Amino acid sequence: MNDKKWIVLGLAVFLVLFLSPFLYNVLIKGAKAAPMPEVVLTEKAKAAKQCVMPTEFMRANHMQLLDEWRLKVVRSGLRDFTNAEGKTFNMSLSNTCLDCHSNKADFCDRCHNYASVAPYCWDCHIQNPQGETK
Amino acid sequence: MNKFYLSSLLAVFVLALIAWAGGPALPWLFGIVLPYAAVILFVVGVIRKVMGWSRSAVPFAIPTTGGQQRSMPWINQNKIDNPSTKFGVFIRMALEILTFRSLFRNTRIKMTEEGRFSYNLELFLWIGALAFHYAFLATLVRHLRFFLEPVPLCIKAIETIDSFFRFEISYDAIQFGLPGVYISGIVLFAAVSYLFLRRLLISKVRYISLAQDYFPLFLIMGIAFTGILMRYFTKVEIAAIKDLTMSLVTFKALAFNVPQGIGPLFYIHLILVCTLLAYFPFSKLMHMGGIFLSPTRNMTANTREVRHVNPWNYPVKVHTYEAYENEFREKMIEAGLPVDKMPDESTAEEEKE
Repeated sequence: MNDKKWIVLGLAVFLVLFLSPFLYNVLIKGAKAAPMPEVVLTEKAKAAKQCVMPTEFMRANHMQLLDEWRLKVVRSGLRDFTNAEGKTFNMSLSNTCLDCHSNKADFCDRCHNYASVAPYCWDCHIQNPQGETK
Repeated sequence: MNKFYLSSLLAVFVLALIAWAGGPALPWLFGIVLPYAAVILFVVGVIRKVMGWSRSAVPFAIPTTGGQQRSMPWINQNKIDNPSTKFGVFIRMALEILTFRSLFRNTRIKMTEEGRFSYNLELFLWIGALAFHYAFLATLVRHLRFFLEPVPLCIKAIETIDSFFRFEISYDAIQFGLPGVYISGIVLFAAVSYLFLRRLLISKVRYISLAQDYFPLFLIMGIAFTGILMRYFTKVEIAAIKDLTMSLVTFKALAFNVPQGIGPLFYIHLILVCTLLAYFPFSKLMHMGGIFLSPTRNMTANTREVRHVNPWNYPVKVHTYEAYENEFREKMIEAGLPVDKMPDESTAEEEKE
């Protein structure tokens, strides 16, 4: 058949496109492993042992929590957040979150870059309110 | 209740339940074996299907002639709907594949009040199909962020465009939209829901709808729904999921170490995607490849200029009249029958000598 070579060509193009994640990672990147990045905890964060909520919750839901905090602070003027253990925190990214996690590059950015997330926190907030060096 | 959509819906629910129960218990099976098996089935199935098509004959030239064929120089030809050149066919195919031109010409037959048939343009199928296919494409492309590390700029650009409409719902009871809302996911879910409701609510379409029509719709609806759920509502740990997907595409997953912290919702999403992939080559979804090989669209409408030889034609043993007369000429002359060609007198004499 005259058309067979075109069909084979089209099929090959499609399969290369479909398998491109495999081909790119194996042939170009040499099957280099890309594991989940380790976040670095500061001494202060280590000493606190737990964030405002349990670690599993924070890993998946921190953006939701921060959004709720923003709503409460900006719209309702509330500042106190009490967690399940009854501990109360000041709802503030700069004064609470970044107090312990003062290492944005090694804490926030690692996973955000890995998952290609560009949070707009830093459109308004400065990254290092304490003025500490990393 | 219609058994066709009910059985399909049930099948998707059962799949989701299996993944919900089995995923966290057997992560290596649902997170590693299943995706590899689905991809292998998809690739092998698609190759087999398309190569089978490539071997099948095109016995007749059957391009649909949706316009004036090329004839006299003073008659305007419709060069796209009745293409007589390869370039015209290319334009026709490109418009078909990229803009679903055949669906655009969908009509609905109605009886008017005077009792006459009227054919009205019915564009909602076309709009729904366009929204569905392009939203699916955008969703598929931006999922590449889970398979590439570092994520290339073009994928990030697509994500930025996709999350262009930044809308957030913030109340004490509901929080929505902080991971930026991808419009493609919302459109995909809305479009697939419309395509399902169309089958369900238009009685004539329901009459011709079978389980194999509803099943992919429910699968895709489930995929979109779990995706939206994971992104905006019951969050999953995205870094752990990318850990898994990266290990899949780098074949590091063959060590069968599934990262901790992947929620059951992800396994539901994954089993539905794997089912879609594995089911794809054996289903109507192969119209993805079939659209390229549709003889009614991809053949040149030049049947008056070029003879289309049916490949099924086999060499028939023929005995022409000429050969027949050559064989029996002398006997025919003897019997006084008329012959086309009298034997040449001079050559006959030469033969005597």
